[in-house]
Amino acid sequence: MNSIDYLKDKADWVKKELLKIHKIAPGIRLASSLSCIEILTTLYYRKIINYDPKNIFWDQRDRFIISKAHGSVSFYPILADLGFFGMEQLAMVGKPGGILADIPDCSIPGYETVNGSLGHGLGVACGISLALKRRNRKENVFVLSGDGELFEGSVWEAIMFAPHHKLNNLILIIDNNKICMLDYCKNIIDIEPIEDKFKVFGWQTAIVDGHNIEELYDILTHAKIRISDKPIVIIANTVKGKGVARLEKDSLCHIKSLTIEEVDKLLMEMN
Amino acid sequence: MRDAFIEALFSRMETNENIFFISADFGAPALDKLRDKYADRFVNVGIAEQNLINVATGLALEGFIVYAYAIAPFLSMRAYEQIRTSISILAQIRDININLIGVGAGLSYDVTGPTHHCLEDSCIMAVLPNFTIFSPSDAILSEKFVDYTLRKSGPKYIRMDGKAQPEIYADEKQISFEDGFTELRKGSEVCIVSTGYMTHEALKVADALSQDNISTGVVDVYFLKPFNEQLLVKIFREYRHIVTMEEAFLNKGGLDTIVEHACFSNRVYIGMTKLGFGDKYVFDVGNREHLYRTNGLDLGNMIKKIKTDLNRN
Repeated sequence: MNSIDYLKDKADWVKKELLKIHKIAPGIRLASSLSCIEILTTLYYRKIINYDPKNIFWDQRDRFIISKAHGSVSFYPILADLGFFGMEQLAMVGKPGGILADIPDCSIPGYETVNGSLGHGLGVACGISLALKRRNRKENVFVLSGDGELFEGSVWEAIMFAPHHKLNNLILIIDNNKICMLDYCKNIIDIEPIEDKFKVFGWQTAIVDGHNIEELYDILTHAKIRISDKPIVIIANTVKGKGVARLEKDSLCHIKSLTIEEVDKLLMEMN
Repeated sequence: MRDAFIEALFSRMETNENIFFISADFGAPALDKLRDKYADRFVNVGIAEQNLINVATGLALEGFIVYAYAIAPFLSMRAYEQIRTSISILAQIRDININLIGVGAGLSYDVTGPTHHCLEDSCIMAVLPNFTIFSPSDAILSEKFVDYTLRKSGPKYIRMDGKAQPEIYADEKQISFEDGFTELRKGSEVCIVSTGYMTHEALKVADALSQDNISTGVVDVYFLKPFNEQLLVKIFREYRHIVTMEEAFLNKGGLDTIVEHACFSNRVYIGMTKLGFGDKYVFDVGNREHLYRTNGLDLGNMIKKIKTDLNRN
């Protein structure tokens, strides 16, 4: 099986596992976790990100900061599959004795920092990138953030900081699913065109279809090659609630849950 | 005390390559040579306290011992949620050595008004788990603390006065970071417990009370957290009245609250006078002495209040 088909199969599997988690933990942010499945799958199943599940803080790992932590429950199946923790944990999300909460935290193997409170990831990543640069290390720092998160002022402090310090080991991926909690971002404060804003702040930019694994694989592979001294932002256009018709159409999908029957129907369709 | 700290740190940077100093566009005479000689381990993040904290966290996660430096009210309050999330919560899981240096405790920046006064920080920082809070009263203490920060990992908040203060610890042996406080004077009637700048006022109050034949002791507390409750209570038992003195709002979790709690929970039921600032900001214009006067904290008034409370016991 070629890389792309392999990644597509894995993305389907991750989606099924996410839906199964949703059945036992209806409070997870499902729509936001659906929009980044292809991004996470591409990063981890073809080792765009270097990691070692047997040595979680291996000094040669790439650092991955999931700033939009609420919307990353789809990372749980990937981490379990790759051996960061046991598969049995997936059946215990939010349950006593388990290690996985409805919102991920830094005690979970594979998560580097505290996120979920939005707007911290990029600044912390800047500190990590700076440290790695000062030590002439070759590891990269990846950050996954949401587009709604760009409303946080602290993010812009970091957006100013990174190009000034030539942090070309920093790759920010924006899961541009265009919806906040209560509405479409453009109806709250329209910050498009996001790409132009990053450009004038001194970033190298790219826009991709965040559900297209070929495009993601291509851009992420190239992003690791340091062609300039600029930090890189990849704006991945995505659909919040991707693959679930009811969520895709709903501007309030961030806080919506599916019934067990709806999940079962979806899982049947996928099989 | 700020310069003594930075000078000592500067000398340690020669041999310790893990020290990284970041500032939110805030300087000091002693800092000039540090940022010149160690330009690769100094960064000015700009007037951006939130990013100061997040960048500090990132550096610390990669093994640097980080000193993040800014004006106390903006460091502790503009970036409070960053401090809570990226430092206090994270420190419970990951080993990070981050030292937040807030300059301008209390009314240090007297004439600059309420935005630059800092009467809240010791209260709000004490709320955060995993933090050590250090409140030095002189330059010797502050300089000595540098090696402690290098030795002891974890998050620390250092509450520095903004102005040079007279030396208290001529004999360094008096300092014990294990105890977290020093009983500068022994007495038998009134025990003044103070921290930071107020310790200088406490010594003056103690002089005046002693002259009136009221035997007065002074305890300078430099570790507000962890607070050495058991050892302090043992000292309190030797007195019949306690006075707390801190440049902070009263009854909001600062030194007065900690001392009161320590006494109550250890069944030390003796009188207490709390000296500090009431539940309002200070808009009066003038130097520190003037502001103390307008807020009822001039020497005469403090002594009067203590004597009144003492007679009530």
